[in-house]
Amino acid sequence: MHVHFLDPYRPRTSPIHALDPRVKFVLTLAYILTAALTPIAAWPVYILLLAAMLSVEILSSLGVRYVLKRASLALPFVLAAFPVIFTNGQTALFSFSIGSLTLTGYAEGLARFLSVALKSWLSVQAAIVLASSTPFPDLLQAMRAIRIPRLLVAMFGLMWRYLFVLVDEAMRLMRARAARSGHRAATGPSPRLRAGSRSGGSVAWRARVAGGMAGSLFLRAFERSDRIYMAMAARGYDGEVRALPLSSVKPAAWLALGSGLGMLFLLLLLGVLFWG
Amino acid sequence: MHHSIEVDHLSFSYPDSHAALRDVSLRISPGEKVALAGPNGAGKSTLILHLNGILKGDGQVTVCGLPVEQKNLGRVRAAVGLVFQNPDDQLFSPTVFDDVAFGPLYQGLPPAEVERRVTSALAAVRMSDYARRVSHHLSTGEKKRIAIATVLSMEPEILVLDEPTAGLDPRARRALINLLRGLPLTMLVSSHDLAMARELLPRMVVMDEGRIVADGPTQELLGDEKLLEAHGLEKP
Ligand SMILES: Nc1ncnc2c1ncn2[C@@H]1O[C@H](COP(=O)(O)OP(=O)(O)OP(=O)(O)O)[C@@H](O)[C@H]1O
Ligand SMILES: [Mg+2]
Repeated sequence: MHVHFLDPYRPRTSPIHALDPRVKFVLTLAYILTAALTPIAAWPVYILLLAAMLSVEILSSLGVRYVLKRASLALPFVLAAFPVIFTNGQTALFSFSIGSLTLTGYAEGLARFLSVALKSWLSVQAAIVLASSTPFPDLLQAMRAIRIPRLLVAMFGLMWRYLFVLVDEAMRLMRARAARSGHRAATGPSPRLRAGSRSGGSVAWRARVAGGMAGSLFLRAFERSDRIYMAMAARGYDGEVRALPLSSVKPAAWLALGSGLGMLFLLLLLGVLFWG
Repeated sequence: MHHSIEVDHLSFSYPDSHAALRDVSLRISPGEKVALAGPNGAGKSTLILHLNGILKGDGQVTVCGLPVEQKNLGRVRAAVGLVFQNPDDQLFSPTVFDDVAFGPLYQGLPPAEVERRVTSALAAVRMSDYARRVSHHLSTGEKKRIAIATVLSMEPEILVLDEPTAGLDPRARRALINLLRGLPLTMLVSSHDLAMARELLPRMVVMDEGRIVADGPTQELLGDEKLLEAHGLEKP
C-alpha cells in the first residue's frame, strides 16, 4: 500500500520545474523575506508581488487554481492576527459592544491585519510552488548547498523517508481492524440474542482497541529506528554525515538567481522608500 | 585476507532475556556458499547480525581473519555486505542512487569511483533506470533488488543475505539466483527457499531454537526426511 497524497511534488515539464533547485530554494526564501519586510499598507508593492507569484504559477503549469486552493488551507492561521484590528491605531472605524465590553475597530489596525493576511498568503503560495515543482531529494540538496547543517538535512531526509512508511503502517493497522469488524446480520437466531449484542462493542472497549493500535504503532516505529541504525552501521556509518559533492550551478541558473534577487530587492526598496 | 567466517561458542540473549543463540560454532572457508535454514525464530537473523558486530554476544566471531570487535568494525563492515530481511530498513536514503552510494561513500572512495560502483551495482540487479527514483514508491521485489545493490556497490568479500528471495516473483528470483551464482564471494544465505539452496548453495547449516542442529552437504541433508521434519522444514 502506498501513500502518494502526502507527497506534494507534481511532475510537469515547465521552466519552473527545470530550474536548478538551489536557485528555486534561495529565491523562495528571498521572496518570503521580501514579503515579510515590506512595510504595512504598501498596497502597490503587494500587488506587484502577487503579480510575480501568479506569473510563476502560470509558468509552472501547476495551475493557479491548484496553488490557490492549497494556499487557502493556511488562511485559518491568519485569524490569529485578527485582534490587531481592535488594539491598534487612533482612527475609529466602527464599534460595537458585547455585554459590558465595547470593541472599537481602527483603520490602522485593519490595514495592519490585511497586510499580515496578504503577506502570509503570498508566502504560503511561494512555498507551495517550491514544494510542488521540486522533488524532495532535490530540496535536500538545495538545503545542503546553502550550508544548512548536514545533520539537520540528513534528519529531514530520514523523516521524509519514514513518514510514508509510518503512515502505510497505520493504514495497514486500520485496514486490519476494519477487516475484522464485521456486523452480525440483523436477523439473529433468537430475539434475545439480537437485543443483547450491539455490533462494534462499547465505547470503552473501542477506545482500548484504538489505544492499543497507537501503542503498537509507536513500538513499531521505535524498533524500526533501531533496525535502520543497524543498517546504516552495517554500511560503515560512523556518526558523521557524508555526501557526494554537488554539481556546479550553470550560468543560466546564476542569471535566473541574479535577476530574481534583483527584482525582489527593487520591490523591497520601493516599499521602504514610499511607505516605510 | 582470507574471506572466511569463524564463529566460536557464540551465545546471545536479547535484552528481554530471551536466549536467541546458544553456543553456536561455525566455520565457513573462503569462497564457500552456505545456506542457513531453520524454522521461524530459530535465530538465523540474530546470528547474521553478529557477523559485522551489530549485535555482540558471548564468544568469538572472526571475519576475514579479523576479530569482530570495536577497533576492527570499520574494516569488518567494509568486508561483509549484509542485506537485511526487510528492505524498508535497508533503504533509508531519499533516492535509490543515494542509497546505493552510501556504502562506497563511507569507505572514503573518490566521487568518480562512487558513481562507477553505483552504476555497476544497479546494472547487476537490472535496476539501472531506477537511480533517480524514490525508494518508498517501489514494489517489494524492486526494493529487495535495490537492497542487494546497496551492498554489491561496497564490493564486499563476504555476502550475507537474510531471506533474499522472499517476496520475489519467479523471474526476479531466477535473476537473483543467476546473479549470486556468478559472484565469486563467500556467501551465507538465510532462507526458507530450500529449492534455491539446493541449486545454489552446496552446503547447508540447519538451526533450531538457537542451536546448530545439522551441518553438511545440502543434497544429503535434503534427503534426510526425519531431520527436515524434526525442524519444521520441507523437502523442496
Ligand atoms: N529485538 C528482539 N528483541 C527480543 N527478542 C527478539 C528480538 N529479535 C528477535 N527476537 C527473538 O529471538 C529469536 C530468534 O529470532 P530471529 O529473528 O533470529 O529468528 P529467525 O531465525 O531469523 O526467524 P525468521 O525465519 O522468522 O526470520 C526469536 O524467538 C525472536 O522472538
Ligand atoms: Mg529472520
